Amino acid sequence: MAKQIEVAELDAYYGSHKAIEGITMTVEPRSVTAFIGPSGCGKSTFLRTLNRMHEVIPGATVQGKVRLEDQDLYGPDVDPVSVRRTIGMVFQRPNPFPTMSIFDNVAAGLRLNGRFSKSELNGVVEESLKGANLWNEVKDRLHKPGSGLSGGQQQRLCIARAIAVRPQVLLMDEPCSALDPISTLAIEDLISKLKTEYTIVIVTHNMQQAARVSDRTAFFNLAAQGQPGKLIEMAETSKIFTNPTEKATEDYITGRFG
Amino acid sequence: MAQDLKKPEGGPAMRRSAFRRSRGDTPFRFVSTGAGIVLLAIMAAIAVFLIAKAVPALQANKANFLTYFDWTPNATVPMFGIAVLAFGTVVSSFIALVIATPIAIGVALFISHYAPRRLASTLGYVVDLLAAVPSVVYGLWGFTFLVPLMVPPSKFLNTYFGWIPLFGGDSVVGRSMLTASLVLAIMILPIIAAISREVFLQAPKTLEEAAYALGATRWEMIRMAVLPFGRPGVISAAMLGLGRAMGETIAVALIFPITFNISFQILSPNGNSIAANIANGFGEANAIGRGALIASGLVLFLITLLVNSMARLIIARRKEYARAAA
Ligand SMILES: Nc1ncnc2c1ncn2[C@@H]1O[C@H](COP(=O)(O)OP(=O)(O)OP(=O)(O)O)[C@@H](O)[C@H]1O
Ligand SMILES: [Mg+2]
Repeated sequence: MAKQIEVAELDAYYGSHKAIEGITMTVEPRSVTAFIGPSGCGKSTFLRTLNRMHEVIPGATVQGKVRLEDQDLYGPDVDPVSVRRTIGMVFQRPNPFPTMSIFDNVAAGLRLNGRFSKSELNGVVEESLKGANLWNEVKDRLHKPGSGLSGGQQQRLCIARAIAVRPQVLLMDEPCSALDPISTLAIEDLISKLKTEYTIVIVTHNMQQAARVSDRTAFFNLAAQGQPGKLIEMAETSKIFTNPTEKATEDYITGRFG
Repeated sequence: MAQDLKKPEGGPAMRRSAFRRSRGDTPFRFVSTGAGIVLLAIMAAIAVFLIAKAVPALQANKANFLTYFDWTPNATVPMFGIAVLAFGTVVSSFIALVIATPIAIGVALFISHYAPRRLASTLGYVVDLLAAVPSVVYGLWGFTFLVPLMVPPSKFLNTYFGWIPLFGGDSVVGRSMLTASLVLAIMILPIIAAISREVFLQAPKTLEEAAYALGATRWEMIRMAVLPFGRPGVISAAMLGLGRAMGETIAVALIFPITFNISFQILSPNGNSIAANIANGFGEANAIGRGALIASGLVLFLITLLVNSMARLIIARRKEYARAAA
């Protein structure tokens, strides 16, 4: 299920603006990798190049290589749609489909993949909601709209929706930044549980969160406003937070930044 | 509160600002209230005038206004009924709507989600332009160009699909209900497309990305994120188009053969509508004839009012939905 991601010399552009430059890294399977760095350094941009969501934005382009195990994700005969089915994504703001019920939200991805019998769908929806620690809260109102849930529940619904299609990798862009501390804790618990099955990459502005949930941490920075963001350093989370190699990393995590 | 405001410390400044406010406010309130009253008065006067003209004609009518099929209010024994006209108005507009809406949605989606940006803005501009073309232009175009052009396909439909009652009938002509509906469809298509495009463009990017991230193709994304969001807007756009088609005068007056029978055979020389009947009949009408036409106009007004209030209802529901989604 979980697979390794290898990135080599990756640049990403918005039109002619180069947002990130020369990123090379390996994301280990069955672990949580955290991306940290100041605002605008390209964390979201880089995350979105990993499942080819970057190119959804008009004028956005990518150069370089991303490999999922032995598959080149930017190969000429690779369909971005199938890449996104293999690499799921959770966004900063919870975005369940407002016209769909809770059940239909979770089943949405499956229904794209083909025909499923009712009992199969029921099974996967239940399993995914349990996987997202949401089942007990919603099992009595599966056919009510997903927009009626709290923010934290909606975010877990989005996680359930993402894992329902059995991705190999789960990308999360600041999944807790719109949530209260209790919901944040619920999601962090969930992340620790999910990493036994999935490769997880999480962008966060919360140092404690990165320290709590991640196994490895990557620090991004940009030389100046308007310059492309770069990967400064990547290592075990404990090392990044106690004994970083780069001065910039140390400044950032100790809050002596800028 | 009121006591606080009168405290002596705040005195001069308070009084000055209050003074300034009232100086700016009073004339403005006077003008706006006045304008509102004048507008209401004008509308009431129009309504009174129309009803006053219509009532004597309706009283002189020797036939049942609702069910009588013919329209001879100028005869010595005035007899006229709205049935055929209302039928023609509703059916031609409805057919126009059925033809125009799917095409308009397709055009709107192409502009909002498929076309490259340059092409999209050009096309959007063209659609807006088409929406502003006066209807008489469409009418003349339909009469001179489309009527002869419609004869062969109508014959074809009649020959091969004549077993469908809609396409049945013994005589097939260019000036038919179908041609009139087609002209109406072409006329309302731009407005439906223009509004739908606006609505589709407002579909939340977060939902579009949610669909893409699940591995949706563009069409699947549109079905999951854009259409459900846009549905109420498209419905009210269609209602607006329907209202336009119903009130349309010149285009259908030129094309309808002006007969007074009710028939679902849309290829045969049948058809009339309230608006077309007014346009064709007002010139040579006597006092009762005019009153009769005014009465038919009031019926048209009622029908469009009904359609518009339905549209408002749907728009209101859409607002509730948007609030629920936020
Ligand atoms: N849709 C876009 N169009 C053009 N430029 C963009 C777009 N999105 C991001 N950028 C630019 O790309 C650069 C990197 O942005 P990105 O959103 O990846 O940063 P980030 O590290 O995720 O920031 P944050 O922590 O605030 O989320 C920024 O300079 C930003 O202005
Ligand atoms: Mg970001």
